[in-house]
Order: sequence, then C-alpha cells, then structure tokens
Amino acid sequence: MSDQTATAPGAADHLPGDVTARDANAKAKSSSRLNGSTVVLVLYLLFLMLPIYWLLNMSLKTNSEILGGFSLWPQNLTLANYETILTDPTWYMGYVNSLIYVVMNTVISITVALPAAYAFSRYNFMGDKHLFFWLLTNRMAPPAVFALPFFQLYSSVGLFDTHIAVALAHSLFNVPLAVWILEGFMRGVPKEIDETAYIDGYSFGGFFVKIFMPLIASGIGVTAFFCFMFSWVELLLSRTLTSVDAKPIAATMTRTVGAAGVDWGVLAAAGVLTIVPGALVIFFVRNYIAKGFALGRV
Amino acid sequence: MKTDNQRAWFLVLPVLVLVAFSAVIPLMTVVNYSVQDTFGNNQFFWAGLEWFKTQLESERMWDALWRQLAFSGIILAIEVPLGVFVALNMPKKGVWASVVLVLMSLPLLIPWNVVGTIWQIFGRSDIGLLGYTLDSLGIDYNYTQGFYAAWVTVIAMDVWHWTSLVALLAYAGLQSIPDAYYQAARIDQASRWAVFRYIELPKMRGVLTIAILLRFMDSFKIYTEPFVLTGGGPGNSTTFLSIDLVKMALGQFDLGPAAAFSLMYFLVIMVISYVFYIVMTNLDKEDGK
Repeated sequence: MSDQTATAPGAADHLPGDVTARDANAKAKSSSRLNGSTVVLVLYLLFLMLPIYWLLNMSLKTNSEILGGFSLWPQNLTLANYETILTDPTWYMGYVNSLIYVVMNTVISITVALPAAYAFSRYNFMGDKHLFFWLLTNRMAPPAVFALPFFQLYSSVGLFDTHIAVALAHSLFNVPLAVWILEGFMRGVPKEIDETAYIDGYSFGGFFVKIFMPLIASGIGVTAFFCFMFSWVELLLSRTLTSVDAKPIAATMTRTVGAAGVDWGVLAAAGVLTIVPGALVIFFVRNYIAKGFALGRV
Repeated sequence: MKTDNQRAWFLVLPVLVLVAFSAVIPLMTVVNYSVQDTFGNNQFFWAGLEWFKTQLESERMWDALWRQLAFSGIILAIEVPLGVFVALNMPKKGVWASVVLVLMSLPLLIPWNVVGTIWQIFGRSDIGLLGYTLDSLGIDYNYTQGFYAAWVTVIAMDVWHWTSLVALLAYAGLQSIPDAYYQAARIDQASRWAVFRYIELPKMRGVLTIAILLRFMDSFKIYTEPFVLTGGGPGNSTTFLSIDLVKMALGQFDLGPAAAFSLMYFLVIMVISYVFYIVMTNLDKEDGK
C-alpha cells in the first residue's frame, strides 16, 4: 500500500512553486484523502471477493467437512470435487455443450452484425432509425416472455435440444448487442479511409475485410467477448430449449441440486469452473467493460 | 456526415432476417395465444381481450408488479450512489488501477445461476460465512423462511452483482474530465463537495443516465438469481414479474393469461427502451459537436 501513496501524489505537483504553503496543505489533504480512498476501495473489494472466496473454500472441502463444522479455510484440502466433475460425462458434457452453443452464437452474431453495423455507421437509409430502435428493444426484452414461444417454435421445426437452437435463441439479444457495440467502434473510424480505399480501386468486400476489419479489430474482440459472456451467463432460455443432448452446465447445476440432498462441494466446484472463462480474459477487456455493457456508448 | 444510400439495406438484411426469426415469430405466437382460449386438444377459439381484462384485474399480477417496482427502486437507490462513491475513490492510472478494474469486473462475468448459488451458500447459517456470522451474533436470519431476510439477501446479491457496472460507467465519465478543470477548481479553492457538484456530476450526467436505465431494465426482468436463491419464496414474497410469468406459462401452462401478461410486460419494456434510445441518440449528437 505504501507503493500507491508514493505513485499518486495528487495533482498538487502541477502548481507553480510560489504557492508552496497552499501546495503543502493540498498535498497533505490529498494524501489523507488518498488513504480514505484506499480504505473505501479495499472495503468494497472485500465485499466483492468474500462470497467468491467462500465458494472456492467450499469447493476445496469434502462434504463431511462442510457439514461437520465451520472453518474459514479448508482443513483437509481436497480436489475430489473437481475430480468428480472432470471425470463424470454428465458433468463435463455440460461445459462442452455450453461452450459449443456459446461459440456458435458468437460467430453467428458477429458475422451478421458486422455489415449491419457498417451500414448504420455510414449511411442513411429508409427506416434506419426505427430498425436500430427495434434492435434495442430485443436486447431489452425479458427472456421470460420468449421462453414458451421459443420452446414451441424450436420443437415444431425439430430443433429442440440442439446446440443451434440455443445459439439462435441467444442471438435474440446478442445480435442487437453486437450491432450496437460495433457501430460505436466503427463511428470512430474516419470516413475518409473508406473513400480513399474506393479511389484506390478496392471493391467493397476487399476493403471491408483487408482494411476496415483490421482497423476495428479491438472492437470485434470486445464484441466477441460480450456475445460470449451474455450467452454464457444466460440460464432461462438455454434450460428451456434443452433436455439431454445439449444440456448446459447451468442446468446441470440446478438439476443436481435437490436430488437426495445437495452435494455442496461439487456444486461449489462446478460454480468455480464456470467463473474461469470470464476470469481468464477479463484482463484484456478491462478498459472496455463499461463500453460493452453500455452498448458501445461510453 | 452520413450519406443517403438505400442499398445499405442489403447490409442489414441478414440481421433483419435472423432477429425476425427469433423475435417476431415468437412474439406473434404470444399475440395469438393472448386472444384465444382452449379446452385442450389443440382446439382454440376467439377470446378477444378477455385475458387482458382478467390479468388487469388479477391481484397476483399487481402484487408481482409492486414487488418488482420496489425491488428495482431499492437496488437503484443503493447501487447508483454507491457506484458513484466507489468510482470517485478509484485510482486514475497505474498497475493498481488495472488490478481494481479486473477485480471489480469479476462479479459481472459470473453466470447468473452461479451468482444465486454463491449467495445461497454464503447466506446459509450452517455452512455460509454470512449466515453463520449473523447467527453467532444472535440475529435470526434465514433467507428461505423470513420475509425480510429473503429481501435483504436478494438485494445484497444484486448490489454485489451489479454495483461495479455503475462504478465502471461513472469511472469512464470521470476519466473524460480534463485536468485543467481540477486545477481551476484548486486555484478557486473550491471545496471537495463543490468540485463534485459542479465539475464531476455534470460530466457524469450522460453515463449515469445510461447506468440508471440499464440497471432499471435489467433488474426489471431479473429471473435467474432470485429463482436459484429463494425460488420466489418464502410464499410469494420474492416472486418478481419474470418468475411469476415463467410459473404461469411453463409451470401451470396457462397460455392465455401468460400471453396477455407477456404482452403488457413487453409494452413496459418498449417504453423504457424508447427513453433509453432517446438518451443515447442525444449523447451521440453531443459527441458529434
């Protein structure tokens, strides 16, 4: 912590030297405020981390230890719960199923959203604003409204309990999300680049793939992350549209609970494993998280 | 400046087809159910606006709606000030800033049912840290039995889950304030409160509006987290709109009333989306200047 106090001496440094008295005063003030800030932040982060730590703690205990007594850390550290999940197909296939439909959804969403976002960011066309708004309403739509009709729609076309059904259902909110985020990034690319490329003789396709997409590569990455995430965290639709073959990990977790008591250790381990994908890539998107959640508008 | 080009329609056509398939067809099914009644055997007959009337007179729906509004109101009242407060205390740059950003974002990326599971375990008085601590302090706390305990836990869970989003948005707004503003304030010997009130708050206005609307919308359709944690109970005390709707549609298979309920629910969402859209486009215009 001494490190932070040293690296952030406040903006007092910018003042000219002749106001030294006030400067010193400001410095003292800002350092006391900095300590206050650190306390606030540490408390907040503690509040965020404690429940996660507790899940991790549970996942490393045996069930008899969990129910037998209360301890702040595992007394007999065990990986048995993780072993159960990683060796039992009914468990680990849940992760595989989730990953399959999530990746499908991400690919579909980005593929259709790229040209559309380009159109919205560059051209005026009949009904463009209405269309853009309509897309937004689908991002905001409550999945509960769509659960039953989706079930019937996909059953009637024979897609029930397939990965593609969930991927298509999730595109209800992910395609609008992708269009909005990508449009936010594309708006930042000056139009002169397009015009220069056309003068240089590029076709639309060539320009888009060779010049434009590399320019918004970080935007595409961020969009992919958010499509992945929102599909990964969703439970209601993925549970409604699957039964066995495409059953997601989230549903595996809820269904195991309640059958002859709760296996707390395995449940906690399964939970920890669902946090891993997000935690792995979070560092790369840390500066875009706000932008992604705000649909590309920050 | 954007140019007029009707051929741009070809570029949005794939999105249109895909979203129409996954939004319009299901929505028409809902409309279809909302105006018909059935005695089973797939025989339907016209019921007109009967279901809408039943639903508007149904105490169950109004109760769920009031609970929903209370929930959304309470979480906004906690998350927005807390998020701003946290954002004001976040470091501006450096390694520490990255660490804080990563740790704060973590709850946002956890699957929603796992959020429920985490709090289910955390709050239990036999194995959970929170429940155990409260229990040892002599507080009678059981979120599956007590009305207040259930509400407090559901709200704490949402605050835990989503306050970081408000904080991150507010932080993005704070980052856009030029240093010169703060220097001017220091020369004027402005108080901390004055700096907040006249410099930081106006600059955060846009992002805060987005944060409030997003949190309102998302809390308004909350389903998974309370479903896993309390299952809508004890009794119906944490049965919010989505939970009630799923009970009605998939649990009891009351298609007509559920469909009418859905459409009214969707209408509310549309109205809020419209406000959101207007705010967004206005912000875009301000940026363009």
